[in-house]
Amino acid sequence: MRVKANPKILALLVPFLLSLNTLACAVPVQDAVPAHEAAPAMVAPAATSPADVHEATVPEGETTVAGEQAASGEHEEKAGDVIMHHVKDSNVLAFEPFGEIELPHLQLGSLDISITKHVVMIWIASVVLLLVGAAAGASIKKLSAKQAPSGLGNVIEALVDFIRNDVAKSNIGHGYEKHLPYLITVFFFILTCNLLGLIPYGATATGNINVTLTLATFTFLVTQAAAFKELGVGGYVKHLTAGTHWSLWIIMIPIEIIGQFTKPFALTIRLFANMTAGHIIILSLIFISFILKSYVVAAAVSVPFAIFIYLLELFVAFLQAFVFTMLSALFIGLATAHDDHDGHELEASGHH
Amino acid sequence: MEGLGYLGAGLGAGLAVIGAGLGIGNIAASAAEGTARQPEATSDIRTTMIIAAALIEGVALFGEVICVLLALK
Repeated sequence: MRVKANPKILALLVPFLLSLNTLACAVPVQDAVPAHEAAPAMVAPAATSPADVHEATVPEGETTVAGEQAASGEHEEKAGDVIMHHVKDSNVLAFEPFGEIELPHLQLGSLDISITKHVVMIWIASVVLLLVGAAAGASIKKLSAKQAPSGLGNVIEALVDFIRNDVAKSNIGHGYEKHLPYLITVFFFILTCNLLGLIPYGATATGNINVTLTLATFTFLVTQAAAFKELGVGGYVKHLTAGTHWSLWIIMIPIEIIGQFTKPFALTIRLFANMTAGHIIILSLIFISFILKSYVVAAAVSVPFAIFIYLLELFVAFLQAFVFTMLSALFIGLATAHDDHDGHELEASGHH
Repeated sequence: MEGLGYLGAGLGAGLAVIGAGLGIGNIAASAAEGTARQPEATSDIRTTMIIAAALIEGVALFGEVICVLLALK
């Protein structure tokens, strides 16, 4: 089967990612940087020479976040701090033995729109997706009717076909084509972000709750828009009553309204927690050998288990991208289902 | 007293995992049984299984996030 959605993916990708990036970073300054961490963060870019950095960080010896690089020679850092440093977003792209790149701090009014590690990873992911999508689209377009796709085009087609048939068609049913570009985009974007976190010097942008919240917000907006479009205002309100008797409406309507918001919330937490937890586990396993200061533990426990969890993470990267897409499709399907009184799910899975 | 927070976080994480493990184990058992009885429904069963497992996992992860917040506070 030919993939028709490729130009659409590309067309959708750019505005989607741009808005994503803006939303992900538009966190009020006060929230993004707790007060006790703000001081060294302001000091660090101003102090240019190593001696200045050293002097500036000595009085605030407790705040390890900014002082970590400068003070690494002085004392041992706690394992927990190092793990959090790796998982958290920061303004530094670290290439550890070779040095690091300081990213610019930007501010728009009261909003901190600095380019951070995760923003860079989002940009890399979008560039990778644009290149891969264009290459795959071109390789499929070149084929004549009798040729089977091969190489990159084949891989991408298999995934796109899977999303179309097993995710979109079976969960949304009638009119799934409209939502296909969004679902495919979100799948490949999450997958790329997840995988970028597993390569050396990479960071997991999807391990940042701002990014996952933005993605979930998109699903929420798409779901609501689709429901209004499909059912109309009257049908939408009727949907909120879940087809129950009028005496139950006082309970059902608030529950259904809350239900609309729990869905994106669950999507947010699921992706964020899965991606963060995997990285914390890998780092914890590595740190076991540092805490016990033993080569035997490193060889027998840390390395094999870390590799095992890494491979599991590789699976989880695909699984979570799939689950996010699948649940997005399911929510769209549930919201647009024309049900009169009984089960949402029957209706949603009934169309094939 | 600060130690009790860590104790609570650890216990909470474990309890959340017990619940999620039981739930997902039940789903997997039923799915395996269903697939064995009706192999032609494998893909449908798999889809349903993943959705249910994801929902259970989501609830468990809420608990885990609370435990992490407790431990990091």
